[in-house]
Amino acid sequence: MKMSILDRILLLVTGLLAAYQIAFVIDDFSALPLVAYTIAFGVLLVSGLLMILLGFEVLDSPVVVIVTTIIPLTLSLGIVWQHLATFRIPYLVFVIIGFLAIAITRLFPMPGRLPTLVLAVVHGIAGITIFLLPTFLSIQGVTKPLFSLVGVGGALIGIGGLALSFLKAGKPILSKELILKILPVILFLMTLCFVVGFEYG
Amino acid sequence: MSIQSSITNYKSPLANLKSKIALYLPLIKGLQTGLLVATGMAGYMSARCPITNMGTLAGLFVSLFLSISGSTVLNMWYDRDIDAKMGRTKKRPLSSGAVSDGEVLRLGLTLSLLGVGLAVAMDALYGLIIFAGLFFDVVVYTIWLKRKTCWSIVWGGISGGMPILAGRVLGLGGFDWIGVILSLGILFWIPTHILTFSMKYYNDYKAAGVPTFPSTYGFGFTRAVIAISSVIAALAMGMAGWGIGMTVGYLRILIVLSAGLLTLAVATLLHPSEQVNFGLFKYASVYMLSSMILIMV
Repeated sequence: MKMSILDRILLLVTGLLAAYQIAFVIDDFSALPLVAYTIAFGVLLVSGLLMILLGFEVLDSPVVVIVTTIIPLTLSLGIVWQHLATFRIPYLVFVIIGFLAIAITRLFPMPGRLPTLVLAVVHGIAGITIFLLPTFLSIQGVTKPLFSLVGVGGALIGIGGLALSFLKAGKPILSKELILKILPVILFLMTLCFVVGFEYG
Repeated sequence: MSIQSSITNYKSPLANLKSKIALYLPLIKGLQTGLLVATGMAGYMSARCPITNMGTLAGLFVSLFLSISGSTVLNMWYDRDIDAKMGRTKKRPLSSGAVSDGEVLRLGLTLSLLGVGLAVAMDALYGLIIFAGLFFDVVVYTIWLKRKTCWSIVWGGISGGMPILAGRVLGLGGFDWIGVILSLGILFWIPTHILTFSMKYYNDYKAAGVPTFPSTYGFGFTRAVIAISSVIAALAMGMAGWGIGMTVGYLRILIVLSAGLLTLAVATLLHPSEQVNFGLFKYASVYMLSSMILIMV
């Protein structure tokens, strides 16, 4: 499917927003969230650039499933590390094991439903964490109300990431055309929500 | 000739100028020239930010644009026989006969003389470096070595590193280690750019008899060279960024963009494909432009 000018503009703005987040918004964070958010938004930035340069064909690469996992895992790790001190180490362990599990089940042929199951579990937990944790924190008044936008971004990344991952896994939940049509919009809105949520939340 | 055909063939001076510009534009390779001019501007701004003398900045831009365009036109004039044999380049104005050899030579010499002349008038050392870049590119790289050895790209790389060094020298009034490192960053970035290109157009270069890394050492070795040079380029840009005093936030962006470059370079090594190779070629240009923007701001 050919990428439209509007798609390219949206991806460029997404990349610029991600770069802004890396350069300015996360400056005062402690070491681990800083690294985690830099990886998350860095992957978003480089992926956006590659999509602009190579078109949607770049999504045909088998590493896309692994790359789309890095963003929710590192984002959720940053949020947990900042706001759920008691879960820091267990969540870090989950992120490492989850990433390795997806990488192994994608890089080496596995029989049955194991790769899809691993994908669903890891994406699901990371996505729910990004969606629910900021929402609860802002409702409880622990953070400013606008931090809930990070949760909205989490919902969007959950939809986009799962749709893309299941498409790559050969079990699409939406048609490829529809996914590619909405992907730049989802990436843009998601990044916008994250940047505003982290900046003003 | 009938009056009617004379009227039909008549072109106003403005239309004539427009058609000339349309023919000359491909001769200066706008994107490549623009990228090299951007490196020179970044070199200057790395030493002189905020900019207080717009006259010098404008002079820098014009002298870089003229001298880089001039050397590109002279290269195209000298390589017209090669260009005519390659599918990718045979439609260029010179190879296709749309402009004459003499006209292109005069254009290249005029642009080069104006560019170097302006550079020398602005600052002797700056002018000398600009001249060295032009000399290495046209004489050493194109005329002397390009048709003899694939290692000619080292000299192409050295000349490519001259604009950023010149800009830095103009800003500082002399050499420093950051200028040299910035120049090395460009030198080691150029193989990533050129070698991916020479892999993509392997048959073209082979048909024209131009030795390239892929035709001399094979694709595997070429990919290894690309990966190694990408690592060195990324390290050099990072070190220069740190030396300039780039903010931590901008350094993080530079690290992220460098990581993208290295990932693609390693991907070409481990999972070679046309798509990854072309992706690296395009990303390398975006990487360099982004690095220059980060240095400028």
